[in-house]
Amino acid sequence: MNALYPETEALAPRDRLVLNLYAISALAVFLLLMLFGLTMRAAQGRWINISPEVFYQLMTAHGAGMVGIVGLASSAVMWFFLRKYVRLSTGIFLANYLLFLLGAALILAAVFIGGFGAGWTFLYPLPVHTMGIWSINASATFMLGYLVIGVGFLLFYLDAMLALIRVYGNLGRALGLQWLFGGAIDKSHPTTVVASTMVIIVNTLGILGGAIVLVMCLINAYVPQFTLDALLVKNLIYFFGHVFVNCSIYMAVIGVYELLPRYSGRPWGVSRPFLWAWTASTVMVLIVYPHHLMMDYVMPHWMLVTGQIISYLSGLPVFLVTAYGALTNIYRSGMRWRMPAMLIVLSMFGWAAGIVPAIVDGTITVNEVMHNTMWVPGHFHFYLLLGVLPMVLAFLYHVAGTRSARLDTAGDRLSFAVYLLAGLAFVGMFLAGGRASEPRRYAVHFAEWLPYDRVAAIAAALVIAAMLLFAIRISGALLKAGPGERAAPDEAPAHRPG
Amino acid sequence: MTMQNDAWVISLAGIGLVSLLFIYVIAQAGRTAPDPAAVQKKAYALRRPFFWALIVLGIGVAYGTLRTFPIPKQQGPLHPAQTVNVVAHQWSWEISPGPIQAGVPIEFDVTSADVNHGFAIFDAHDRLLTQTQAMPGYTNRLIYTFAHPGTYRVMCLEYCGVAHYGMMDELHVVARKGDQQ
Repeated sequence: MNALYPETEALAPRDRLVLNLYAISALAVFLLLMLFGLTMRAAQGRWINISPEVFYQLMTAHGAGMVGIVGLASSAVMWFFLRKYVRLSTGIFLANYLLFLLGAALILAAVFIGGFGAGWTFLYPLPVHTMGIWSINASATFMLGYLVIGVGFLLFYLDAMLALIRVYGNLGRALGLQWLFGGAIDKSHPTTVVASTMVIIVNTLGILGGAIVLVMCLINAYVPQFTLDALLVKNLIYFFGHVFVNCSIYMAVIGVYELLPRYSGRPWGVSRPFLWAWTASTVMVLIVYPHHLMMDYVMPHWMLVTGQIISYLSGLPVFLVTAYGALTNIYRSGMRWRMPAMLIVLSMFGWAAGIVPAIVDGTITVNEVMHNTMWVPGHFHFYLLLGVLPMVLAFLYHVAGTRSARLDTAGDRLSFAVYLLAGLAFVGMFLAGGRASEPRRYAVHFAEWLPYDRVAAIAAALVIAAMLLFAIRISGALLKAGPGERAAPDEAPAHRPG
Repeated sequence: MTMQNDAWVISLAGIGLVSLLFIYVIAQAGRTAPDPAAVQKKAYALRRPFFWALIVLGIGVAYGTLRTFPIPKQQGPLHPAQTVNVVAHQWSWEISPGPIQAGVPIEFDVTSADVNHGFAIFDAHDRLLTQTQAMPGYTNRLIYTFAHPGTYRVMCLEYCGVAHYGMMDELHVVARKGDQQ
């Protein structure tokens, strides 16, 4: 054991197997869905020819799949670290994985057998206004797939919630509410517990919101007399979607809090600003979703104002607590630039920089000319591709480091550089397209938009090449495992974290 | 400057500032401070003014962009110079006929006969000028004043199915009656 790989994180054989299932499945699915993305950008750039039906099937699978797999991979990060502090069930963690597989199979069948192409947001009433392209059964299968995945996540959260309550008494204490207004903060209170508690509270509500709207839509699909209010459904879908995607980031960032101090040699514990940031985020993530509905003019205007103001405020915890905290942690620390450390710092940059165009778009007057243009995939790809995915990769590289000491070669570092530069070019083309008023979700593009599409396609291919190498290196190391194997002693940082 | 360019410049500036901060810290990260606790204390002391600067900036921007609320009221009369009814269908636009006048506020009453659509107006250079959602069961009221006569393109900006990308139409905007004489 050394400071990089504490004994408390050792994996029993069954835990190791389940984590490997999560890790290798996630890497494979990321690659597959990235290929779908590349196909779409190449088709928009007129380099390949696919029918609009196929384009929108790929778009639906890419969106639904990425949202789901980022959530699954991030839940593995949370499980891995949270189990050090509370007793989590490996069986339930496995059940989440198996339900995810079942849900993913239903979604893939709905899309590629049933022809479902209503987008990952399944915005009512599009799933039942099929225009003969897909059947009601395909829509229902897709939504059932979501429900099954949601049940898995809910099980995972309920298990974690119970485990936290057993140790900390209630969720408020686990979140650190008792120290918000004063009192001596217990510096040993884990950052992982704070972040996990926030995610459990918020995403349980988000998934329940999603389950409600999915059941409503499923009933409507077979009993059309049970009509739905399109605006209410839209509110519920964006509430669920926003919360779920954000919670993926909040689960993955747990790895940043846990791992960065090991590579910098500096502690990074809870503080009052940290606790305030996570408490505020708990509330803000739940109420910010109207910023997706700014062009729905009939929405109560106070909700749209709330959406704008909370969008601005949501940036503060990211900038001033997590990103700033990470930079403070590594500044003149004698940092050991191993792959996990490099990926963590990239993830902090991607998250902090990526929310800048998101916050700008959270302004109603800007949204009026940017909503549903390429600006939107520009900002969310920024903080997902260069933010949350590097968080997941950092975690996987770190865990794989317990099995192989040779995960820091020139090839890994070259792939890192390619991923960073091509990733920036890829998201930059979305943003530039948004500036040029290029609509999102168009299967066929005007000639004037082709340069953005083509540069993006090249950049996507490079990102996939780098990701392929990451996936091979990590998977190879994970499968090579021998229980108890650890990295070479020279991997240990100069200082032990507190 | 268009709003798109404003958003682009502000975003690039923000991303650039974040990048510079990261580059600076990364360049320093390999060195070892003699007193790490002092370094962290100093850095966290700097955070307070950053916090207040961002709060003041946020309040200023929110006030500046919301003082005149950018969305028209949705109940009661708006007294536009002209009202245009828009009904979206998979995959076409039904827009009340007749020329639209430039230079005066036009009210677009936008709804949908089937699924969600996005009613978006583009200029001759395919620059997005304004938009609102077209939603079944609701009518969104959009007010827009065309600066110049000409042909404007209407495109759908909410994904509505397999022919979403082809759901286009045109608006013909003419000079105001008084301006023609």
